[in-house]
Parts: sequence; C-alpha cells; structure tokens
Amino acid sequence: MSRILASVAIVLMCLLLFSTTNGLPVLFDANSPASTHVTPRYIEKSHEETGSPNFVTAVLADYRGYDTLGETTVIFTAGLATAALLMASKKKSNRMKGGKDK
Amino acid sequence: MKKVYGSIILDTAFRYLIPFILLYGVYVLLHGEYSPGGGFQAGAILGIAFVLDGLVQGKKAILRITGETAVIIAGIGTFLYCFVGILSMLSGGNFLEYSLLPIPMNDVEKHVWGILGIETGVCICVMFTIIAIFYALVGKEE
Repeated sequence: MSRILASVAIVLMCLLLFSTTNGLPVLFDANSPASTHVTPRYIEKSHEETGSPNFVTAVLADYRGYDTLGETTVIFTAGLATAALLMASKKKSNRMKGGKDK
Repeated sequence: MKKVYGSIILDTAFRYLIPFILLYGVYVLLHGEYSPGGGFQAGAILGIAFVLDGLVQGKKAILRITGETAVIIAGIGTFLYCFVGILSMLSGGNFLEYSLLPIPMNDVEKHVWGILGIETGVCICVMFTIIAIFYALVGKEE
C-alpha cells in the first residue's frame, strides 16, 4: 500500500516539476534575470573592486567569502560524521547484529 | 589492510606518480587566484596522493595519517579560514576584509596573501576529510 502511495507521490511531483519547466528562462539567454542582475557587475567591476584577475576567485573569496566558509564547514562536518559513524565500533561485539558478523 | 593491490609494477609506478601528483596539487593551490583551480581542487588532488599511497603500500605507507589525526587536521584547516577572517576583524575591519590584515605589505599583496590563507585552509580541510573517510572505510579490514 505504502509503495503505491509513494509511486503516486513521485508521479505527481514529476508532473508538477515538468509543468513548471516552461517558466524557466532559456539556457544561455542573455536577458534572463541571472545574466542581467549580478553578472555584469562581476564582469565589469570585480577587477577594480577586489584586485583579483580572476572572476571566479573574486566571487569565491571576496564577494561570497561567508559562503565559502560555510562550504568548508559543511565538508568538514560531513567528513567528521562519516568518520565517526565508520570508526564507531571497531570491536566486533559492539557492532550491530546482522550481516556476516553474527 | 592486506596488501591486495601491491605488485612490483604498482610499487614502481606509484613512486614516480606520487611526487608529480603532490607537485601538481601544490601548483593548483598556489596558482588558484590566476587560473582555474583553488583550494577545493588542490585538496582533492593532494588527498588522492595520500589515498593512492595507502592503497598500494597498505600499512607500510609513508604518507599514512589515519583516523582521528586526519579529522583533527581537517578541523585545523577549517579554523585557518576563520582565523584569517578574525585577524582582519582584530585590526578593525570586517570579517575577511583582506586589505586590513596586520601584515607589513601594501593592499594588493595583503589581498593575495589573505586569499592564499583561506585557500590553504580549504585545501587542508578537503584533503584530510578525504583521507579520514578513506582510512575509516579500510580501517575495519585491519
């Protein structure tokens, strides 16, 4: 029963997403909001405002420094969680029952 | 870890590969402000060098930094990023305002060194996260 419900939910979600696709701007459209709002500012002003010769570095380290700090923290947290889960029980007796280690 | 993949070909080949991988990783890190690349990519490349060493040489790997140590060093990398921001705050600027870093240089040089500082922090974090996950995965077979 729950499997049928899940399938119906997936199909409805797909229909919803497909029906909104028409509202998106065309790929590489020069008049889309993304290309007219901040991109010209980065292209024209990033060198004089930050002194960096590379747009990507200017955006990554200057305009969006907080964002990059967040990305680094996310990666560190993900690594910490993975290591903590995998290294949690090195003794066989402490592992969860099941699988080949019964 | 048992020496599953070790053979005379791999043992010889990786000795020639590792220095070039490490050198390329450092190049991507240091040249990141001017060309494609930067902290994340350099961290991945440098981390792969350590993983390759661990795969080929197993327990006798030279570049072997396991488990807790790797996680601690990854945390130090994340802290290095914050530290650059805090340094510029201490001298009266905003967080990550590179031109106010307390080092005796002109503004452009301060900017370059500030960006290199945060890129190094990102690089260390990514690199040791990869190493920590790798050794946590193979650690159970030891």
